Amino acid sequence: MHKMLTIDGNEAVAHVAFRVSEVIAIYPITPSSGMGELSDEWAAQGKPNIWGSVPKVVELQSEGGAAGTVHGALQAGALATTFTASQGLLLMIPNMYKIAGELTPAVFHVAARAIATHALSIFGDHSDVMSTRGTGFALLSSNSVQEAHDMAAIATAATLAGRLPVLHFFDGFRTSHEVAKIISIDDQVLQKMLPQELIGAHRSRALSPEHPVLRGTSQNPDVFFQAREAQNGWFDAFPEIVQKNMDKFAKLTGRQYKLFDYVGAPDAERVIILMGSGAETVQETVEHMNRQGEKVGVLKVRLFRPWAPTALLAALPTTTKAIAVLDRCKEPGADGEPLFKDVLVTLAEDFTGDAPHFASMPKVIGGRYGLGSKEFNPAMIFSVFSALTAAKPKRCFTVGINDDLTGLSLPYDAAFRTDAAHDTFAAVFYGLGSDGTVSANKNSIKIIGDETDLFVQGYFVYDSKKSGAMTVSHLRFGPKPIRSAYLTGEGDAKFIACHQPLFLETHDLLVHAAPGAVFLLNTHLSPELVWAALPPAMQRRMVEKKISFYVIDAYQVALESDMGRRINTVMQACFFAISGILPADDAIAAIKHAVEKTYGRKGRRIAELNYRAIDKTLACLHKVVVPETASSEVVQPITSPQVTDFVRKLTLPMIAGKGDTLPVSLFPADGSWPLGTAKYEKRNLALQIPVLETDLCTQCGKCVFVCPHSAIRAKVFPAELAENAPPTFKHIAPRSKDYPAGWHMSYQVAPEDCTGCTLCVEVCPIRDKTNVSRKALNMAEQPPLRMQEAENWVFFTKLPDYNRSVVKRTTIPGSMLLQPLFEFSGACVGCGETPYIKLATQLFGDRMMVANATGCSSIYGGNLPTTPYTTNAEGRGPAWNNSLFEDNAEFGLGMRLATDKLADAARTQLHAMALEVGDDLIESLLNADQRTEAGIHEQRERVALLLAKLAHLATPAAAQLAAIAEYLIRRSVWIIGGDGWAYDIGFGGLDHVLSSGEDVNILVLDTEVYSNTGGQNSKATPRGAVAKFAAGGQPNRKKDLARIAMDYENVFVAKVAYGAKDTHTLKAFLDAESYPGVSIIIAYSPCIAHGVDMSHNHSQQDLAVRSGHWPLLRYDPRLREQGKHPMSVDSAAPSIPFRDFARNEARFTVLERQNPEAAERFMVQAEKDARLRHQEYLELAEMAVPEVVIAEKDREAAELSAEQSAKIKETPNA
Amino acid sequence: MLDLSTNYLGLALKNPLVPSSTPLSHNIDAVLHLEDAGAAAIVMHSLFEEDVRNDERMIDRFLVNPNVFGEATGHLPFGDDYQSKLDGYLENIQQLKSRLGIPVIASLNGSSLSGWVELGKEMQAAGADALELNAWFMPGDPKVSGGALEDNYLALLRELKAAVNLPISMKLSPFFSSLPHFVQQAEVAGAAGVSLFNRFFQPDIDLETLRVVDRVQLSSSADTLLTMRWIAILRGRTALTLAATGGVHTAEDALKMLLAGADAVHLASAVLQRGPQVLKEVLAGIERWMEVREYESVVQLKGSMSQQNLPDPSAFARAAYLNALNSFTPPPGVRY
Repeated sequence: MHKMLTIDGNEAVAHVAFRVSEVIAIYPITPSSGMGELSDEWAAQGKPNIWGSVPKVVELQSEGGAAGTVHGALQAGALATTFTASQGLLLMIPNMYKIAGELTPAVFHVAARAIATHALSIFGDHSDVMSTRGTGFALLSSNSVQEAHDMAAIATAATLAGRLPVLHFFDGFRTSHEVAKIISIDDQVLQKMLPQELIGAHRSRALSPEHPVLRGTSQNPDVFFQAREAQNGWFDAFPEIVQKNMDKFAKLTGRQYKLFDYVGAPDAERVIILMGSGAETVQETVEHMNRQGEKVGVLKVRLFRPWAPTALLAALPTTTKAIAVLDRCKEPGADGEPLFKDVLVTLAEDFTGDAPHFASMPKVIGGRYGLGSKEFNPAMIFSVFSALTAAKPKRCFTVGINDDLTGLSLPYDAAFRTDAAHDTFAAVFYGLGSDGTVSANKNSIKIIGDETDLFVQGYFVYDSKKSGAMTVSHLRFGPKPIRSAYLTGEGDAKFIACHQPLFLETHDLLVHAAPGAVFLLNTHLSPELVWAALPPAMQRRMVEKKISFYVIDAYQVALESDMGRRINTVMQACFFAISGILPADDAIAAIKHAVEKTYGRKGRRIAELNYRAIDKTLACLHKVVVPETASSEVVQPITSPQVTDFVRKLTLPMIAGKGDTLPVSLFPADGSWPLGTAKYEKRNLALQIPVLETDLCTQCGKCVFVCPHSAIRAKVFPAELAENAPPTFKHIAPRSKDYPAGWHMSYQVAPEDCTGCTLCVEVCPIRDKTNVSRKALNMAEQPPLRMQEAENWVFFTKLPDYNRSVVKRTTIPGSMLLQPLFEFSGACVGCGETPYIKLATQLFGDRMMVANATGCSSIYGGNLPTTPYTTNAEGRGPAWNNSLFEDNAEFGLGMRLATDKLADAARTQLHAMALEVGDDLIESLLNADQRTEAGIHEQRERVALLLAKLAHLATPAAAQLAAIAEYLIRRSVWIIGGDGWAYDIGFGGLDHVLSSGEDVNILVLDTEVYSNTGGQNSKATPRGAVAKFAAGGQPNRKKDLARIAMDYENVFVAKVAYGAKDTHTLKAFLDAESYPGVSIIIAYSPCIAHGVDMSHNHSQQDLAVRSGHWPLLRYDPRLREQGKHPMSVDSAAPSIPFRDFARNEARFTVLERQNPEAAERFMVQAEKDARLRHQEYLELAEMAVPEVVIAEKDREAAELSAEQSAKIKETPNA
Repeated sequence: MLDLSTNYLGLALKNPLVPSSTPLSHNIDAVLHLEDAGAAAIVMHSLFEEDVRNDERMIDRFLVNPNVFGEATGHLPFGDDYQSKLDGYLENIQQLKSRLGIPVIASLNGSSLSGWVELGKEMQAAGADALELNAWFMPGDPKVSGGALEDNYLALLRELKAAVNLPISMKLSPFFSSLPHFVQQAEVAGAAGVSLFNRFFQPDIDLETLRVVDRVQLSSSADTLLTMRWIAILRGRTALTLAATGGVHTAEDALKMLLAGADAVHLASAVLQRGPQVLKEVLAGIERWMEVREYESVVQLKGSMSQQNLPDPSAFARAAYLNALNSFTPPPGVRY
């Protein structure tokens, strides 16, 4: 009896890789992180490999580091592996050349992913794998979850036998994240696949002082070439070794693979050649077409390197007349993609050889498909087969998109379906990332996989948002193996569920529904009232498709079952009750069993609540009679008339989920997109929004400061402007005397952009003296307020902003009048990072350049369809870009150098044009004091004047100066990223930039883990916290980046936590920006990865500071010049125990439950760390520089050459 | 040889000293020290149903059903070896049972009927020798009468009694209109003993933050008198075994409780403040006192000064209040 597992591709691979490894070097990168996470967890749990020892799992600072570690481990004789994708794989390439060059057995498992070009994409294609073609690694592809599991074993066996390292790859997301039911490989099979003598041989080749050899020599022109050719034999032999191991595997498991697996008509005339998950879909299509009497086939490439032409030819039917080779990558500028060219060369060489395989040379065309996980379905495949019948088929075609620009794309009939569409039961679920829909669906798949003989498939599509992220689950069940590696087609789903009523407004939920499908809606509306509330388009669809309609008030059931807002179990019970996929009683019993298994001893109470919810669900599930006709149409204006053409043509359709339909010609070719688009989303997530009590509000501005989504704003304006305000618009006289008489102040909420995080109410310091529960801001139900406040918001946005030049930027109420140029991001509800970015954009956004490291801040900052970065009324705003994860500091440095250089050039040219421009203007432009907002404003006016003059002159020199005149306005360069970047992968570059002395501002959003990839350990992770990749708890003290930076002496350093001391944060930002050298702000940023409800964000920041976990400090080198010591410790000595801070966060408490002794040990140590750090900081601060030293320095300064001094004076920024 | 043995909840105890519900019972070594110092049984720290429930919610929210998005399938590792608060408590019982020679009394503080029963069963299965019910609902609803609240307590006791075979003690608050009446009903409902009295940590107002805060408040010997009085009144009026808790710091305090009629004497603050050693000192003090007065056994002494055994029963009744007031003289320098 085979052991069946219902798992995803990453787990299927890790399941084998972990058991056949001794050293595993890991680093997080989507979509491969799961393999590392599981390995780390299993190692922490003490699970052994097949030889009985627990693999050593180690996280590195980058993929480059991981590859280096693997290289070293292999050289020392261990069996070593790593997991990666995309840019991570690129960072491994140098070591891959070495590992292969030394003929060292190893397997790298790669969840193949697109490489960032015009944009980053976390999704699947083969660009990364294709970049490694020259390394000497064997490239072995698997196409499904089962194959990834199997090929992981075959790869390991082959590498040991053939000494070539193997890159085993499978499609990112499509395979790595697909859940399927597979047959697991047991330890005995693995042991037989990996004979001891081969392992012994590997060990015997290891570096050893007992029998030393020298490797890694450098060779000269005399021998390098020959030595490089000396290993040809291993490459020649390798394909056969792989095939032998595939055969051996077949004997042991019954699953046979070939180097090139052909499926289809034995006498096929048309064949598609490809690798990866798409091959499964082609097989499904081929089988369908052949049943229709066609003669087609598919050749699945498994071993792509070393290329085995003989095996390729042998696998192709001799009847083949036309071949389409599909590549899931783009090699720009080439006349075809890699697989296509390899196939073509093989065929051409064979045909011109002595005994050609084919009587006549088949027609061969190549095409691209599926880049960045673009859908690849049978309709597209059918169009490729059709193209092969054309007399002159397009070469270098694309499929799956509409290329109206270069005309390369093949048209396809979206209505084409294979038999599989009818033979499988497809179901689609719409949920939120936070409501448990995905986990419930994974659970349902497991139940159906375990309880029935059906094959199962689950695939989960997420939108780019972290708060209110929509998840669409695509589930398939069927009696035959499921090869449909594509999303549910329109009209194919027999079951649709909408777990969140808010999607009714925004999405066409029934697009996937088959005629007669069941539609389940979670709604608070009764069965009698729900029909009338449905959008007219949906009503029509339901009538047309004869939908069987069910409703449940899942929130009510959950509430009554004491489950809070957790509706996943309720919705799962509904699915089983009405989908008919299992007999309802069996299904309900199975769900309960699954609940029992999930919670087990960890949460029996929760399990019971789940049982209660399940039982209640069945009583509360109602069928709704769908009327014969749809009710009358209600037409609602959707688009605001003010949107630009770009937004109308691209952004709005993308927001509506119609991005797939957009043609190539609409897209900016260089990846440039407009700002200010997040405001079009109106995600309407908040169940409650803050409401201002004008009688209590003291206008302190704290609510504006803390709002992670910039959804509450302040303005001061002439009162008469509010004369025509909507009746409920709140505005009052300012309490401060700073504003002109007769002006009014307003605090306004954007009701459809607010996420309801409650942080503004939480921070509000003002309470009603007669009732402390009434604050100046209180949460209230959103729906009754939505329309009114939306109207107020529109009115508010039209009011003018207060003059930047006179705003008191050093105070919270003053600075919060500045317009945030970062708004409505998709960051998590209550995000601890975004308030810092927002603050920077308020203070400096109109002259800010941002280099953003990859991570959460680049995803909520620049993940389409929209961006939260926006412009002010003059059209100015942050200019933002994301280069890589590892190079962000250098990227920002480049921006600074260019800015300074061009400013310098502008100054030189100004001098040269003194006659034309006029001395006065030139003098004032060159000597402008731009330290204040007023100064910057004046300089802008001068530049405008200059540009006007230059335009009038219309000489080449004038044009040259005009192009760079804007550089005369002082710019603020910001280098923003998380701790994964700053402490780990980007530290080398960060360190270098810290030493550069250039005027850049570095903002480290320290969440103490790799938040974006799911909470992996970084060197910022504190002692005693668990994180992914540190499942056993982080044993080491958190790296002290501030201290490292302070060591440079000329770097401005601040450690801030706005939730503990907002004024300190504000001052730190102002000081950092004004400091004319490198500044670094390390900002404490609570994160959902901490395992704490983000409504406690501020109190956790406060506890972090009070416990000494996060001391506040500033180090300002300018103070040194004033004879003071530059460092000040701005928080008191730890006043509460570290554990009072730690006990509220699951990242600390989890360890207490898994390893109490270690937890206690760490906690005691962390306590000491906190006290010690504070003491150390105090001592550092007290080590005042003696007066004589300052005097000495002054003398030295005086002796500086006159030329240098003059230079400094010239620099307006200095 | 003095016979210090006593019977509490049907458990034969070698002496009357039973360290009660303190955080020390988390720590197996500390409990072993208590046993060495002479503890006759141990009452574990209370397992609060709310705590169990919050813990489970945390597990559910952050570990079983974490917030997911494209790149993150969760944020914290969650292994099979994860232990919930409840499991930790049950394992604690098992550990104590396997390492100690003295009875282990598990302490339970529920907030719902089903919770009491479920957790009680778990504790029995884990090997507890007896259960102490820490029953106290804050009566804030003017529509609920004292009688109705008492009925709730009794219903809860009956349910639990029906579900477990362990002797059950009810830890009561002093806030009953007629404590003897309630104790009598508890006896009918199946209790094996009562423990007097529950001390409550009273919430306080922080004048700086205008927030309500909790502060730890340890007892002192002055707190014993209320308990002693009620033990004395109950002794002989109920067949339930009686435990005195709250303020016992010295041998003198303990002796008074025994004389009043306690079968067992709990110590908590004293142990927290002075360590397990305090048990040794108290026991020695009891022995000295008994030896000097030629008592042979605790049984002899127990309840010898209960209200019923007093020549003037009114000493524990209302008259004592009058006497105390009448005997009051102002401190020097204080004028009214």
